[in-house]
Amino acid sequence: MEQQSDTFLNNASAALKNIEHAERRDRLAILGPQLRTAAIDRLESFGNLRLHMKKVRQHALDNLDYYLTQFEKEAVHNGNQVHFARDDDELNSIVLDICQQHDARRITKGKSMVTAETGLNSFLQSAGLNVVETDLGEYIIQQAGETSSHIVAPALHKSADEVRELFQQKHDLGPRELPATSDLVAEARHVLRQHFLQAEVGIIGSNALISENGYSMLATSDGNGDLSANLPKVLIICATIDQIIPRAEDASAIAQLLACSGTGQSQACYTSFYSGPRREGDLDGPLETHFVLLDNERSNIMASDYREILECINCGACLNHCPVYANIGGHAYGSVYTGPIGSVLTPLLTSLEQSHLLPNACTSCGRCAEVCPADIPLPDLLRDLRHEEIIHKLAVPRWRYGLKLHAWLARHPAIYQTLSATGISILHRLGRKKGRFSTLPFASGWTSQRDFPAPQTNTFMHLYKSRMKHNNER
Amino acid sequence: MNEQHEDQSPPPQRMQVSLFVTCLADLFRPSVAFASIKLLEQAGCAVTVPLQQTCCGQPAYSSGDYEATVPVAQQVIGMLETADYVVVPSGSCADMICHHYPKILQGEWRERALKLAAKTFDLTVFLKDIARIEPRVNSQLSTLSVTYHDSCAGLREMNIKDQPRQLLRELCGVEVNELQQSEVCCGFGGTFCAKMPEISAKMVDDKLDHVLATGADVLVGGDLGCLLNIAGRAQRQGREIEVRHIAELLIGDMDEPPIGRGS
Repeated sequence: MEQQSDTFLNNASAALKNIEHAERRDRLAILGPQLRTAAIDRLESFGNLRLHMKKVRQHALDNLDYYLTQFEKEAVHNGNQVHFARDDDELNSIVLDICQQHDARRITKGKSMVTAETGLNSFLQSAGLNVVETDLGEYIIQQAGETSSHIVAPALHKSADEVRELFQQKHDLGPRELPATSDLVAEARHVLRQHFLQAEVGIIGSNALISENGYSMLATSDGNGDLSANLPKVLIICATIDQIIPRAEDASAIAQLLACSGTGQSQACYTSFYSGPRREGDLDGPLETHFVLLDNERSNIMASDYREILECINCGACLNHCPVYANIGGHAYGSVYTGPIGSVLTPLLTSLEQSHLLPNACTSCGRCAEVCPADIPLPDLLRDLRHEEIIHKLAVPRWRYGLKLHAWLARHPAIYQTLSATGISILHRLGRKKGRFSTLPFASGWTSQRDFPAPQTNTFMHLYKSRMKHNNER
Repeated sequence: MNEQHEDQSPPPQRMQVSLFVTCLADLFRPSVAFASIKLLEQAGCAVTVPLQQTCCGQPAYSSGDYEATVPVAQQVIGMLETADYVVVPSGSCADMICHHYPKILQGEWRERALKLAAKTFDLTVFLKDIARIEPRVNSQLSTLSVTYHDSCAGLREMNIKDQPRQLLRELCGVEVNELQQSEVCCGFGGTFCAKMPEISAKMVDDKLDHVLATGADVLVGGDLGCLLNIAGRAQRQGREIEVRHIAELLIGDMDEPPIGRGS
């Protein structure tokens, strides 16, 4: 997986300076949680459903070998071909092979995080294939040559005006101006229809792989994933191995949790189950179907302390509720996975060395864990990654040694209290009149953005001990 | 209960409370610790202040230095575990003791951490739910317009929500003028605010927008970290708001200048 998260701070800084985008992000940061809260109130049983799904996902991961084998058996029985890919390259090669076997030149794609992770589009394009994203958001960013800013809503960063401008550049609109948002949607639909009808291979993602019947579930908001799946002769479903669940009824629980947590709906607009190729008597559907199941570090994550991250259902609620994501947007993360989930997953899928800033982009406010439908303790996992950052000496030395010194002092009360009483009384005297400092040499991070409140007097411990002494002497 | 019965009953046992002052109150705002002692005494408690206290170890812990945190946690446990109750004027530091010490300790130390956790409380929770402080409205304060900042750890980990609001009503006679987006972080996040100051500044600016929109005279909260952050940014931006710890308001100590104001 490619990533550029080592420039996170610069990316974030640039994002904060784009006032127009920042204002839209502010509105979305209020809207997302509102929609979710309303949907959860309608659901009534959210807490129970979440608890149930947690157990189901844990059980599925505990017995992943068994359920993967069962899934493969059932899927093959249904007429699918099942492939396992160890890493990005393997998945990309398997997909290209299938396309080339059918002399396919034109590919339509439904929304898929897995293929974004492996960089499938550019791989297929460099082999001369024409790949068109058909999820409206993905289509917009593909046309714009941009990357996704949100795992559920890839073009969240673009306004209707920006999309209109884009279509004016990229589409042959003639005199049409597309004044309303619905005109933009209609325009995209019109253009995409041609692609659907011409494509030889369709590629989609999956929201769950059902072990007991070998089906795959797909939830989308525009149904274009379904057209990508059903119109071309060949269908390839790309998924990760951790998306396995034992039973079909568990998929319905995921569908509910996903829709209410991510987009604030009771159900996604389109929820489909893919069983396999067209059977005798079927009017439509692909003639040949493949599953490509990607590992890409997930077996290793499974055996690590970060295992719970694999219980994620990709709803995007943690992004919608993260105050850091809300303010900087997805692009700053430099990865296809953004927000709290991305800050855990990116280091695990790539290397902590390149992405160790991401787990620091967290105030431990706990809102992500509170809303996560998979009940993943995201702040704990982020802190555990910061622990590794310390162990591997990736954190800035000034911080590493500073915090160690502070902890050492905290363990030596006599020294701590003497030093703090001296330092604080000096700071108090220097800052008493103004009440604050606008610069302080050892707190430049703090004072770069805010004043440093001056200490009120001496330390409490100094004052308290003096009082006790005074009282005893009386 | 009639007076006669009261006379016959043994004198009520005073609750023995150890105050964990927190390093920020110790260093920056002793008035918070003195106010906490007075409030606890008013609630009928006998308060001791363990003299060996420094910091709960949260800075190193939040930054992921578990190895440096363990001995600090053990020291705090050893110092506080003999108390009947431990009270902390900070939801965040109380959360550290209650929920995070057990995460980084094993075996016997973990058992001791869990025992300490069971008797450790945030100040407002303890005053309202455990010591059940008697309502006594300080009428001098009742004309103040007050807004309240819910700190994240307090709100989400320690379930502090109604208690400070009830105390402000019962002791100060004020109804909290609620913030919009009150459950969103102020951008402090411990070392976060110094490691990623630009992002933090945007967050605290949003918080200040909501604070000023209430038209309140005073912003109070239960965590000095957030309050130093909000006050420091307000002053940098020249935005007028008085920032205080809730303990100061509850005890009616308004003589001290608010956080970050000169004398």
